[in-house]
Amino acid sequence: MAGKKEKKTEGRTALPFEQPIEEVRSRLVELEELAERTSHDLSEELEFYRDRLARLTRETYSNLTPWERVQVARHPDRPLTTDYIRTLCTDFVELHGDGFYGDDRAMVTGLGILCGKRVLVVGQRKGRTTKGRLECNFGSSHPEGYRKALRKMKLAERMKLPVVVFVNTPGAYPGVGAEERGQARAIAENIYQMFDVKVPIVVVVIGEGGSGGALGIAVGDRIGMLENSWYSVISPEGCASILWRSAEGKEKAAEALKLTAIDLKKFGIIDAIIPEPLGGAHTNAEAAIRAVGQQIVAWLEELESLDGDDLLSRRREKFRHIASATAVLSRAVAEAETKKDDAPGPGSSDATVLPASTRRTGRGVSRRAGKGRDGRG
Amino acid sequence: MAFRLRKKKDMPDGLWSKCSACGAMVFTKELEKNLSVCPKCAFHHTISARRRIEITADPGSFEERFTDLQPADRLGFVDEIPYSEKIHRAQEKTGNAEACLAGICAIGGHRAALAVLDFTFMGGSMGEVVGEKITLTIELAGKEDIPVVIFSASGGARMHEGAISLMQLAKTCGELNHYSKNGGFSISVMTNPTTGGVTASFASTCDILVGEPGALIGFAGPRVIQNTIRQELPEGFQRAEFLLEKGQIDLIAPRQEMRETLTRILAYAPQHRQAGT
Repeated sequence: MAGKKEKKTEGRTALPFEQPIEEVRSRLVELEELAERTSHDLSEELEFYRDRLARLTRETYSNLTPWERVQVARHPDRPLTTDYIRTLCTDFVELHGDGFYGDDRAMVTGLGILCGKRVLVVGQRKGRTTKGRLECNFGSSHPEGYRKALRKMKLAERMKLPVVVFVNTPGAYPGVGAEERGQARAIAENIYQMFDVKVPIVVVVIGEGGSGGALGIAVGDRIGMLENSWYSVISPEGCASILWRSAEGKEKAAEALKLTAIDLKKFGIIDAIIPEPLGGAHTNAEAAIRAVGQQIVAWLEELESLDGDDLLSRRREKFRHIASATAVLSRAVAEAETKKDDAPGPGSSDATVLPASTRRTGRGVSRRAGKGRDGRG
Repeated sequence: MAFRLRKKKDMPDGLWSKCSACGAMVFTKELEKNLSVCPKCAFHHTISARRRIEITADPGSFEERFTDLQPADRLGFVDEIPYSEKIHRAQEKTGNAEACLAGICAIGGHRAALAVLDFTFMGGSMGEVVGEKITLTIELAGKEDIPVVIFSASGGARMHEGAISLMQLAKTCGELNHYSKNGGFSISVMTNPTTGGVTASFASTCDILVGEPGALIGFAGPRVIQNTIRQELPEGFQRAEFLLEKGQIDLIAPRQEMRETLTRILAYAPQHRQAGT
């Protein structure tokens, strides 16, 4: 048992920035083995390395750059949707297929008792082994995957079961078949129809939240992100290839996109950041999974008392106001201006007062907008 | 991916334009009269949102709304130049505050709310303000009890606004859902190009989906797909005709017949039927 564990520790994949930590760790493992074999008292040395490991891990992990977080989110040992289901759910009954075209392995759906609560689970599956990853297209769904998810969410509504969603995708699959079968439309339909699902929907981004491919199952009443996951409109690589025209731009893109859990919380897009064990979810999968489970249960309890219609109007309101700060601000300005225009006296559009955020960033915006208006004729 | 018209530099006053689809030299005036459809190959070139409104709405009927919504750089996004500077340049170039013009108009005598994405403004990309304008236009249509028509020409969600852009997909779809449930009627016209987050939201969830001939319509751009599968893409892939054949859009209408087509469809709109038209 102990031998097995050590082997796993030794075989762990270290990310580039984790290399110094890994060196100390393997030193510690060697020392532990030695301590078992010899009668010498190595407790002081062991203590030293344990302390050093903890300190180094803390230092590294409390200062992760956005690109480093993206790497953690993709760590090969990071717990996947299937691990969450296995750990948190009893009596899981997997339900396959979109009832029309096929069964997308990149999307897993089924009934389960999650921490004692009957739910319907929808999640993106990445696969652990090479074969598994290929089967799941590395977590990128086809249209039938989105249709499968929607079909099961409607089932949840009929069965009066809340929906628990695990998001973990680099993005929807970009391929000929996917386009032929209406990838964009499948995602659009999901987003549109999730506003009709009259049971609570709780969403957790556990790794990658890649654009529309993620949002296609993520229109929820509560949205959380694990500390080292990312969620954005495009992957750093995709963004880099367009704006920086090189793969090297991915670090800059990760920085610029503001894709971390902290950023999304700041923008008001997510409700909570779920902390990961020190050193990332991959160093203690069980603890990470339990933390996610606790958050899900807390949210389900909050939402239980709401009736279906109330839930729907709140969901729509939530997304109506999510990330509308600028728009809402400038709208307030517009209304104030309309009132001013109605009042007698000069209502020059040059005198438009912009809210602080716009004034700071949108250089000379108000003047030009005024021109546009006047020039409309 | 998107063919563009270029004014020939060595020609005086842009008298001639070169069609980038077929290479033909076309008399610029003739091209404009032909609604920027190449008279040789019938390729539908991108037109500005203003021009689109001009050729779609009944003359003088368009009342623009939501003109004071101003984009802002909430991420502090910088690539070659700061995003705020990009906004500034696009505003200078187009004379518009954002990549969407919206308001109320009449089309063939039928009152309708109208939103038009402008490809000439940062590729028609959808950030917070574009998403808000689409949402407000749908909301307005609901309040006025009239149909809504949305013209898309967009590369998708705007990268410079990160996850905030992404949330516009949900915001617009949520509003459209609410509007439809309360008796609304919506038409989406997808023009060249309509891709990414725009196709993956309101452009695909309207009641009737219309394509312009030859328009590139899809989720992922052809280059991204090619890089993923490393194969040549089939002829006509992701073009409006391809989507029609695959059963994904309801009809294709050439630009010259667009107003007429919309008029005929709008005559069936529940709101206009109740009004006895």
